[in-house]
Amino acid sequence: MALIRLDRIGKRYGVGDAPVEALREVSLEVVGGDSVAIMGPSGSGKSTLLGILGCLDIPTSGNYLLLGEEVGRMSRPELAELRCRRFGFVFQNFNLLPRLTALENVELPLAYARQRPALRRAKAAAALARVGLSDRMSHYPSQLSGGQQQRVAIARALVNEPDLILADEPTGALDTVTGREILRLLDEVNAGGTTVVVVTHDRDIAARMRRTITLTDGRVTSDSRAQVRINSTSPVRAVFP
Amino acid sequence: MRTTDILRTAARALRGNRLRSALTTLGIIIGVASVVVMVAVGAGTQAAIKDEIEKLGASVIMVIPGSANAAGARLGAGTRPTLSDDDAAAIRDDASGIVTAAASMAGVAHLATAIDNWSSGVYGVTEEYFIARDWKLVAGRQIDEQDVATGAKVVMLGATTAEKVFGDADPIGQTIRVNQLPMEVIGLLARKGQTMDGSDLDDVGVVPLSTARDQLFGRSTAKTRSVSMITVKAESEQQIEEAIAEVREVLRFQHRLTPGQADDFRINNVAESARLQEESSAALTQLLAAIASISLLVGGIGIMNIMLVSVTERTREIGVRMAIGARPATILAQFLAEATILSVAGGIAGAAAGFAGAIVAETNFGMRVELTGEPVVLAFLFSALVGLVFGLYPAMRAARKSPMEALRYE
Ligand SMILES: Nc1ncnc2c1ncn2[C@@H]1O[C@H](COP(=O)(O)OP(=O)(O)OP(=O)(O)O)[C@@H](O)[C@H]1O
Ligand SMILES: [Mg+2]
Repeated sequence: MALIRLDRIGKRYGVGDAPVEALREVSLEVVGGDSVAIMGPSGSGKSTLLGILGCLDIPTSGNYLLLGEEVGRMSRPELAELRCRRFGFVFQNFNLLPRLTALENVELPLAYARQRPALRRAKAAAALARVGLSDRMSHYPSQLSGGQQQRVAIARALVNEPDLILADEPTGALDTVTGREILRLLDEVNAGGTTVVVVTHDRDIAARMRRTITLTDGRVTSDSRAQVRINSTSPVRAVFP
Repeated sequence: MRTTDILRTAARALRGNRLRSALTTLGIIIGVASVVVMVAVGAGTQAAIKDEIEKLGASVIMVIPGSANAAGARLGAGTRPTLSDDDAAAIRDDASGIVTAAASMAGVAHLATAIDNWSSGVYGVTEEYFIARDWKLVAGRQIDEQDVATGAKVVMLGATTAEKVFGDADPIGQTIRVNQLPMEVIGLLARKGQTMDGSDLDDVGVVPLSTARDQLFGRSTAKTRSVSMITVKAESEQQIEEAIAEVREVLRFQHRLTPGQADDFRINNVAESARLQEESSAALTQLLAAIASISLLVGGIGIMNIMLVSVTERTREIGVRMAIGARPATILAQFLAEATILSVAGGIAGAAAGFAGAIVAETNFGMRVELTGEPVVLAFLFSALVGLVFGLYPAMRAARKSPMEALRYE
């Protein structure tokens, strides 16, 4: 069974004179363990799609099946529960809570999952170790570099062992080298069996994913699968026709 | 999220904005403090009035002569003192619901000893008087039937009077000149203190009624049986109205008043005026407490205002929390907890400030205050309620946000 099945998903913003069709009849499936890049010009609906995949937003039309279950029938608390246990989000601007330390930020999803404090701390520390930030646990976001903040965000996304990591331009605010580190982390996560969906403008990044979906004006205009997994250092990519 | 986590998160958010939190709380602090002070001062005033009633005798009725001019023709020319020993005896015998009735005369006399001299109010009384007024003895003996019958030259003194004329010396058995008449001090009355208008209830001398009438206030008409007051004690405070009716009936019969004629005496319910005062003071206290409660409401609105600002400011934080798994109920609880912590902290600080204010009022302004736990607990609960009520709407606004829109918020 597909992890995700979208059936003619539409998202319309605003009503009346000038409604915006951010997504039109988007149908696609994502299988567990895959890595997917979503590309497309600015305003094509990439973030909107990611938000719907992550149950941050509700489509105005169509059907969304997550592991065979219809998301449209779920209540808000049930959706929160899904976000808590099944999804991990990584944002372009990191979105760490500024008043919490790195460790506390990573603990937060576990707190929302109602886990005991001692267990929480251990898991959060392990997640930070996994992203190489064991020595920055009690730093506040403002005391961390952009790359470090994004690694904390990835640790936070991973800490509840989600089925799916949703990243919206995770390297968009970082320089190339730091960005590459982040991508390597995402690769590792994917290698561990977690599905990864990344919104990006960067063909290099898309090339690292097994599958690339392109959106134009709210529609899926291409959906391609790389034949070979391209080495991250390779300057050449031949994924796009 | 666990409750402790929610509280910790809320406390942390408030600590992150110390000045704002403190200023927001100020409204509640002032509200609770003023409620506590108002109630303490009000309760103090009422306690003072209660004491006053106690001192005057809660179940005491005083009958004084009225003007006889309305029925001037009845006994010929001139007014006459309309009350007599016989009236008191008749009340004792015929009125029901009363403990006793005591005739007395009052005047001012000059008291002198070898040590000092002083002017006091002097009452001429019979033995019933002590029962009627509930006057207690601390030393010596009371004026008895024999003293009244013989017109004995004996006197009892109130605490103030005794101090003025005897100083530290023991007055019992000593001789004192009352308006030049030598009398033996036979007893000392228990201290009763002052009334609220400042008159000293212990500044008295007490002599037998007959002595007062015939020798002290030396009326020319020695034969007269008139008295200046009859003090009646009802069986209880509740029976006072019935007792008044009974006394009136007996006196009207005694004085042979026909149904059309007005009373030639006046009945004073001693405690009544104090009781009215107590009621009006209670009403005033309630009014002031109500006004103070309004400031609590204003404080609540302040909290609501700040919480609304805070929810808007922290839209993105709300989005992030929702994205990583916070349920709407958890977000609601977090903001509700912030509002409630603010108001409860204000309630505690306000109660403390109110206590301090009441103590200042007592020590610096000499006001009588009565500090009880009840208004403090009430103000505290009320402030918690204010936080919950005024925090609810902002918290609901936070919880209702769509995660995606909240995350997009700049
Ligand atoms: N809340 C909203 N109200 C109205 N229109 C919206 C709203 N959110 C998004 N849109 C519109 O929906 C369309 C898709 O937006 P979206 O953010 O998904 O684009 P995107 O592909 O992520 O663009 P970018 O690459 O610039 O991030 C845009 O035209 C945008 O203006
Ligand atoms: Mg976008």
